[in-house]
Amino acid sequence: MDRIPILRMGDLLLVTIQVDMHDRLAMTLQDDLTERIVSDGAKGVLIDISALDLVDSFIGRMISNTAAMARVLDAQTVVVGMQPAVAITLVELGLTLHGVKTALNVEKGMALLGKNYF
Amino acid sequence: MSAAHNTAVSFETGLLDKHRPWRTARLSLPLRTDEDVVYLRKHVREHAVAIGLSLVDQTKLVTAASELARNTIKYGRGGDVHLDDLLDGLKKGIGLIFVDNGPGIPDLDLALRDGYTTGGGLGLGLSGSKRLCDEFEIDTRPGEGTAVCVVKWKR
Repeated sequence: MDRIPILRMGDLLLVTIQVDMHDRLAMTLQDDLTERIVSDGAKGVLIDISALDLVDSFIGRMISNTAAMARVLDAQTVVVGMQPAVAITLVELGLTLHGVKTALNVEKGMALLGKNYF
Repeated sequence: MSAAHNTAVSFETGLLDKHRPWRTARLSLPLRTDEDVVYLRKHVREHAVAIGLSLVDQTKLVTAASELARNTIKYGRGGDVHLDDLLDGLKKGIGLIFVDNGPGIPDLDLALRDGYTTGGGLGLGLSGSKRLCDEFEIDTRPGEGTAVCVVKWKR
């Protein structure tokens, strides 16, 4: 089955979504991330969506849910790299990703998670 | 799967021929599975690029297509989508018509309201798609089916 790889770096989990996700794949990623937060004792999750040319309500909901689940599991989530056209569309669609932290790029996202590797 | 083009929807709606005078080509695809939605998004993006839609308008149209295709599968129990290339004088556009043989939408005004959902989603599919496109029309009859037609014109 298709899966989006989750990389571990210290107490952070890194995900970069580089394929056009169908709905089941998005749900699998949400479940995998939640499980990995617990099994790896992760404190932060960084999701890079710079390669995504679309975030619809389903993917948006997956991102919001993942952030909410991470929060109750004592981990922070930052979504980085959203393309401008995606941001415009997302807001016009009516999605604001309430409660999700965002940063313009990976470096700023890392800083937001309290990591300054660069 | 996506390759089979068995357009089996019998819901008769005038929306199917709404843009006939401006239509230069039509691609019909089945909508049954998650993968069919991804396949449609790819086609819509290609057609949107081909007629020169701006990146923002491409993204809006592909997002609306994704929302409506999911509705067709989730609420309409699967159906078809027709992707039309349109030409009105010098103006180019893309039309998408989603048809299903599902239960229909009992209260359209309610269904078009932001945040209303019967399926546990966010309730943004219909209302959001309407905002993302230039034209939006629905034909729905209880027990027969639903057709949704959207158009995006090149500015």
